[in-house]
This record gives sequence, C-alpha cells and structure tokens, in this order.
Amino acid sequence: METSPRRVMLDPLVDNNPVTLQVLGVCSALAVTTNLLNAFIMSLALTAVCACSNGAVSMIRRHTPGSIRIIVQMTIIASLVIVVDELLKAYAYETSRTLSVFVGLIITNCIVLGRAEAFASQNPVGLSVLDGIGNGLGYSLVLLLVGAVRELFGSGSLLGVEILPLTTNGGWYLSNGMLLLPPSAFFIIGLLIWAVRTWKTAQVEPADHQIHAVHRQEVM
Amino acid sequence: MEAALGLFIRSIFVENLALAFFLGMCTFLAVSKRIETALGLGAAVVVVMIITVPVNNLLLGFLLEPGALAWAGLPDVDMSFLGLIIYIGVIAAMVQVLEMVLDRYFPALYHALGIFLPLITVNCAILGASLFMVERDYGFGESVVFGLGGGVGWALAIIALAGIREKLKYSDVPDGLQGLGITFITVGLMSLGFMAFSGIQL
Repeated sequence: METSPRRVMLDPLVDNNPVTLQVLGVCSALAVTTNLLNAFIMSLALTAVCACSNGAVSMIRRHTPGSIRIIVQMTIIASLVIVVDELLKAYAYETSRTLSVFVGLIITNCIVLGRAEAFASQNPVGLSVLDGIGNGLGYSLVLLLVGAVRELFGSGSLLGVEILPLTTNGGWYLSNGMLLLPPSAFFIIGLLIWAVRTWKTAQVEPADHQIHAVHRQEVM
Repeated sequence: MEAALGLFIRSIFVENLALAFFLGMCTFLAVSKRIETALGLGAAVVVVMIITVPVNNLLLGFLLEPGALAWAGLPDVDMSFLGLIIYIGVIAAMVQVLEMVLDRYFPALYHALGIFLPLITVNCAILGASLFMVERDYGFGESVVFGLGGGVGWALAIIALAGIREKLKYSDVPDGLQGLGITFITVGLMSLGFMAFSGIQL
C-alpha cells in the first residue's frame, strides 16, 4: 500500500470513500442531511474529531498495550466528542438542537474508530492526521452532496436561501416533501453508489449468484 | 400500563431505530446477508439494549443530572457533561460482562452469537437508544420499555432485510448497483413501508 501523504489524504475522497465503498458511518450520513447547513456542521465536527483522534491515538501507539487499545481509543474519541458537543451547544445552540443525538453518535461512528484502529495505531502522527482529514473529507463530500440534493429539491433552497421559488411563495416550484423524509436518504445514497461505481468500475461487487445468461440464439 | 404498551408499540413500528432514525446502519447493512446471522445479532441487540438503557437511566438519575448528587451531600454539582463517556463506558462494560456470563452459563447461546457480541459496543443503535432516553426524559419504567421496544424494532428490521436480501441474490441487478447499492434502495423501500405506521397515534 502506498503511503505518500498525498495519496493518504486524497484516496478516501472517491477511490476509497468511507461511506460509498467501506459502508462506514452511514447512520449520520443519512440522518442529518435534510438540509445543507446541518450536513456542513456535521461534516466539520466529524472531520475535526477524526483528525484529532487519529493524531492522539497515533501519538500513544507505542505505549498502548494491545489488549486494552479499543477502550483507550474509545475514551479518546468520547472525550473529543464531548468537546465538540459542548462547543456546539455554546456557539450554535439551534443547530445542536436539530442535530440532537447525532453529535453524540460520532462516538460510535465507525469511520472514527475504524481509522484509529486500522491506520493510526500503526502509522506516524503526521500521516495519521492527514488520513483522518482525508477520511473526514470523503465523508463530508457524500454528506454535502446528499444534503444539497435534499434541501434543493425538498424545500427549494440552499443554506436557507431560496433557489427555486416555491409555489407557496408565488413561485413555480412545487416542493417534493418526500425528500425531507427518511426513505429518500437511502435512495439518494443508493443512486450515488450506483453513479460512483459506474464511473470507477473496480468498485463493483461480484454477484453472489451468477445468473446464467441465456442468449437469443440458444433459445431459438 | 396503557402508556407503556403505547411506548412499546411506538418504539417498534413508528419510531423504528433502524428505519426512521438510521441507527446501527453499519452493522445493519453489513450483517444482513443471511437470516440466521441476522437473528443472532438481533437477539444480542435486544438483550444488550434492555440492560443498558435502564442502567444508563439510573446513572443519569443518581450521578449525572444537575442536583443528582444530592444524596452524597453535593446538591449543586452538575456532571451532565460527562454523559457521553459514561454511557459508552457502561455499554462497553455491559457487553463484556454479558459475554462472560453467557460464556459461563449459556455456552450454546454464546457460540451462536459469536463475534456479534463485541461488535455491539460500536453499534450506534445502542448508544442512540440511551441518548434518546436522556433527550426525552424517560423515567426508569419507561426506559425499560423503550430499551425492549427499540431492540425488538431493530431486530425486526434486520431480519426482514436479511430475508429480502436472501431472495434478492437471485435477481438480475445492474452491475454498479450490485451489493451495497441495491441494499440501500431496498432499505429505502422498507423505510417507506414503515412510514405507513407514522400516522398512528398511541
């Protein structure tokens, strides 16, 4: 595996995206994306936690006994998340209300623990921080895309600014309320995965069960 | 009694942790290829949740809430900022204890659950249930019911998904959508189905 800083940081964006390829951290990716602002704040929080926790885990990697490393990593992550949670409550109270439990759930976000375990516990501090930022950004990319689609077509605005004038305000766009409901998040991410895998065909999963292709000639 | 029953039904169907709040999605998508494994994981989640939510509720009431330390002569202390770290600690410890107890007294069940038990620590449905319990101010009785209902709802969802995926592998899915993609779409449709319960007032 190549470990140049550039690769470490840029790999998780598309080629090895934590959400669409590794199926990590999907819970919050779905729940907080009803509008762009929430998605943005959540991405910021996760990237910060992921970078800091990777840095901290990497710093003490030589002094942590293998048998208790998960608990140590959990404690580091939980403390960082408490800091983020308190900061949000202090400076962005409204947003922290709408994000509700999902800030706390960064603790169990598999991206953070996964990267701490898989990368930071074996690599130097600098690279680990970059890896944290890279994975945070890969997650953010998906979150922002989904958030933008849901807010634009669900309520006709971006970041609260009206882009498509709604019929309720005398415009022409009839908002699609379905996009503000939970199921739409699943559809959008499903379609996103489809798009990414059509582009990067190496990511396509092999079918469990090969259906025998019957050719026309055979039938005739 | 009626209120408890209402909360139970609501946490299974109307506010399903997996399909309405997206909790525990990582394991939900990863471990739903076969019905047997889904059953094992579902059972483990129910057991862990019915223990951790009430325990966290007690800790909140007697340790963390503002004024909760009055029994120790410290009525002004507010420890609620320590909440997250305590909840996750309780969950990790409970899973560990449960693992040891099962290994000692119910080896068959222990082997059936296997790797899923330790994995549950990082299942966000468990922590999520505790956080919802805090946010909605549930009492002790309510938190027992909510723990049970939330767990059963999650188990129901993953078993249903595993059933669908077992059938799905015989269908002809477009290449890019194979595996994860189609699973997302399926879960979306299931979630749409569960939304039908959302109008129910209990």
